[in-house]
Amino acid sequence: MNDLLKFMTCGSVDDGKSTLIGHMLYDAKLLYTDQEKTLWQDSKVKNAEGHMDYSLLLDGLVAEREQGITIDVAYRFFSTQHRSFIVADTPGHEQYTRNMAVGASFADLAIILVDATRGILPQTRRHVRICALMGIEHFVLALNKMDLVDYAKERYDSISQDAIQMMKSHDVQSWQVIPVSATQGDNVTHWSVNMPWYESESLLSYLEKVSTLEQRTNRSFSMPVQRVSRPHQYYRGLQGQVAGSAIKISDEIMVLPGQEKARIKTIHRGSTLVEIAEEGHFVSIQLDRELDVSRGCVLASSEDLACTDMFTASILWMDEQELIPGRNYLLKIGTKTLTAYIMSIRHRMDINTGELVSTDSLAKNELGQCDVAVSEPMVFERFANNKALGSLILMDRISNMTSACGVIDDVLTRSSHVVWQEMEITRDMRARQKNQVPVTIWFTGLSGSGKSTLANALEKRLVSLGRHTMILDGDNIRHGLNRNLGFGETDRVENIRRVAEVAKLMNDAGLVVLASFISPYERDRELAREILGEHFLEIYLSTSLEECQRRDVKGLYAKAKRGEIPGFTGISGPYEKPSHPDLEIDTGQCSVEEAIDRIEKLMDDVLMTHNGSVYQVEE
Amino acid sequence: MNNLTHLDRLEAEAIYVMREVVVECEHPVMLYSIGKDSSVMLHLAIKAFYPDKPPFPLLHIDTTWKFREMISFRDRKAQELGMQLLVHTHQEGLRNGLNPFDHGAAYTDIMKTEALKEALDQYGFSVAFGGGRRDEEKSRAKERIFSFRNAAHAWDPKNQRPEMWNLYNTRINKKESIRVFPLSNWTEKDIWEYIKRENIEVVPLYFAKVRPVLYREGNIIMVDDQRLKLLPGEEIVYRRVRFRTLGCYPLTGGVESSAETLDQIIEETKSAVTSERTSRVIDQETTSSMERRKREGYF
Repeated sequence: MNDLLKFMTCGSVDDGKSTLIGHMLYDAKLLYTDQEKTLWQDSKVKNAEGHMDYSLLLDGLVAEREQGITIDVAYRFFSTQHRSFIVADTPGHEQYTRNMAVGASFADLAIILVDATRGILPQTRRHVRICALMGIEHFVLALNKMDLVDYAKERYDSISQDAIQMMKSHDVQSWQVIPVSATQGDNVTHWSVNMPWYESESLLSYLEKVSTLEQRTNRSFSMPVQRVSRPHQYYRGLQGQVAGSAIKISDEIMVLPGQEKARIKTIHRGSTLVEIAEEGHFVSIQLDRELDVSRGCVLASSEDLACTDMFTASILWMDEQELIPGRNYLLKIGTKTLTAYIMSIRHRMDINTGELVSTDSLAKNELGQCDVAVSEPMVFERFANNKALGSLILMDRISNMTSACGVIDDVLTRSSHVVWQEMEITRDMRARQKNQVPVTIWFTGLSGSGKSTLANALEKRLVSLGRHTMILDGDNIRHGLNRNLGFGETDRVENIRRVAEVAKLMNDAGLVVLASFISPYERDRELAREILGEHFLEIYLSTSLEECQRRDVKGLYAKAKRGEIPGFTGISGPYEKPSHPDLEIDTGQCSVEEAIDRIEKLMDDVLMTHNGSVYQVEE
Repeated sequence: MNNLTHLDRLEAEAIYVMREVVVECEHPVMLYSIGKDSSVMLHLAIKAFYPDKPPFPLLHIDTTWKFREMISFRDRKAQELGMQLLVHTHQEGLRNGLNPFDHGAAYTDIMKTEALKEALDQYGFSVAFGGGRRDEEKSRAKERIFSFRNAAHAWDPKNQRPEMWNLYNTRINKKESIRVFPLSNWTEKDIWEYIKRENIEVVPLYFAKVRPVLYREGNIIMVDDQRLKLLPGEEIVYRRVRFRTLGCYPLTGGVESSAETLDQIIEETKSAVTSERTSRVIDQETTSSMERRKREGYF
């Protein structure tokens, strides 16, 4: 048996969750006298009668104590003669679902509070769903407030009956219903005489005995490489934590991606040389030959682990900013961080009812199943098979927030999606034929800032120099290719994605593309940059709003001010200035000639360093 | 995780965290406060990076009021390990003669919190390891292992970044920083059991010995140098005492004890009736004083 149990508690304030744990600590004499003294004092402040309020032991933040709610996870520690425990006390409100998920990713077992007077509620199902999603395999349903239903066996039986269905639907094998009263202390640490019909153990005894050793068998060795240690030329240690089964000296392993094989030469745990490394051990492994291994690679013993660049995952969205397909994020899995695109949201799952709903976005605390593509092939596994290679987080590139967490449901192998056709005529060859470096010049700025004017003038200049060019313009594209797109957020992202993909094809064809789009959002332009890669030059036209309004070539500002165009950039919609444009031009301050001179110089400077020879045309 | 002992699991978690920081973050530093938690943290760092040396310096915020035995222990340890040790004192506070007797909370705010912020800014450290444990205090119990701080080093407890499995998001914007607590999930008992298992050297003040002390406001204060002035009615007496935590000697209460070995300390810890923080004079002010300090940039 494991001598440490990490468990979490889920339930809302009214369920008496904090009270249950507080009472357990108190009854089991696990409080220090100064903690007990503080508890008494705080209880007196909280209620005039001076009843002991056990929940005050857990809610630690000022805001929580003032509002009487749990906002974030609190960790508590205690040990009995049999076991050490870490409790993650998590908030139950739907608006703090992400904080519950934090606790669930940490725990081996979840105690779900159920109010005996109310039975299994939508929130109960939500709690079980989130816990099961995050990989918890052991559950206790603490049926609380039994004192308020006269300790009735019938109540216990009927709720237990409902629980069977719920647990089955989440494929939970290990669970127990325990009738308790958190305020009175029945069945908390000692079996209660008030419920003689309950023949099993008290909550604390159950927690002391339950086995959480993982049931899964036949799990092969794997280890994501965390760090490569190279103190001197004779030692190259691959450091990481072992997942799956043990590995020993001279075993053969494979390095993924890459699939090169080697044998284990030495294993260090700290400064100690060992023969064998088991699950959970942190180690430094030396291989018997020099392979190209860096952080993010995975050492594995199984031949079955395959690399892929697409998978389907259940994603719990945690960011204020909604998830919209087409966006890209940084994805961290194991020790690897790479770019991920959310290709589509298959459906959203109602976290209370489990109902599947079709959707084109996910808001904070919503759960959905998504198809995800990543920038390079990596080892991905189903979470049910391998937690280390099947759990992930998504990080926002701009805010750096952890936007989501997720678990992989299915890995899409290469054969199941379109294989990129290797073309014999390369982009490079087409470019050489035209004697130029294909590039996309992206003009962004307010309406009337001079994007189209500069694009047209620049094109004339380039063509006169013998270049091959093409203009993509917001209006033109919207009349044709993107005719079916509106101006809502989802459509806007799709608009930019299509434009960037078209620009990329044109670059592949060897053309210099001049794209002029207001593109007011930083993340949309980042998406274009991501798609187009290094040959993307962002020109920010910083012409002032006053100047643009003065020009008002198309009469749009006048309309917008009359409220006829909702969400018009600069008037009723935001414009996010580029944080690192390749060039900034204020057309209110310089002539068209000066402006295109500067752009041409930028193209020379940047592109020459990329690929000198091609752009040097003998004229 | 099959068959790993409690301490093995805690050890593996702490080491994983340290390696992630070193690989993903620029300019890490380890706050070294010389106490038992710092000693454990330093020991873990040595295991984590072996055969490399821990790839970061140690930083000690010296209030100039630490026990003398702590300072000699610190200097000897740094030398033995061949690690860079940075010692920082708040110069203005020192010039103004801030001391724990006359200046109370202001002393702690400036000589510890402000000094820490000043040192981190001065050296440009974006990540600092600290030996804080969640079992120490309520607001710590709420804090993530990776605790993000804004440009003013302040903690925003209501908007903590989610922390899932062992997938730590270490990305920060310019001027922001991270405090990282690898020992978050350890308890006082775990610390002592690990010290014993790994044979880690700690400052001798943790072991009971006859020492010159005086009784003041319910605390047993050791007379470590002449700067401690006797108040009317106080006298220096010799008692067999030890310390559960170490800090500035005038702010650290000792306990009468006969625990002279690690086994005796572990026994005493298991049967202790008061929590460790009762021996720290600064924490006893109000229920939420630690949360306030953390919001202001304290560890």
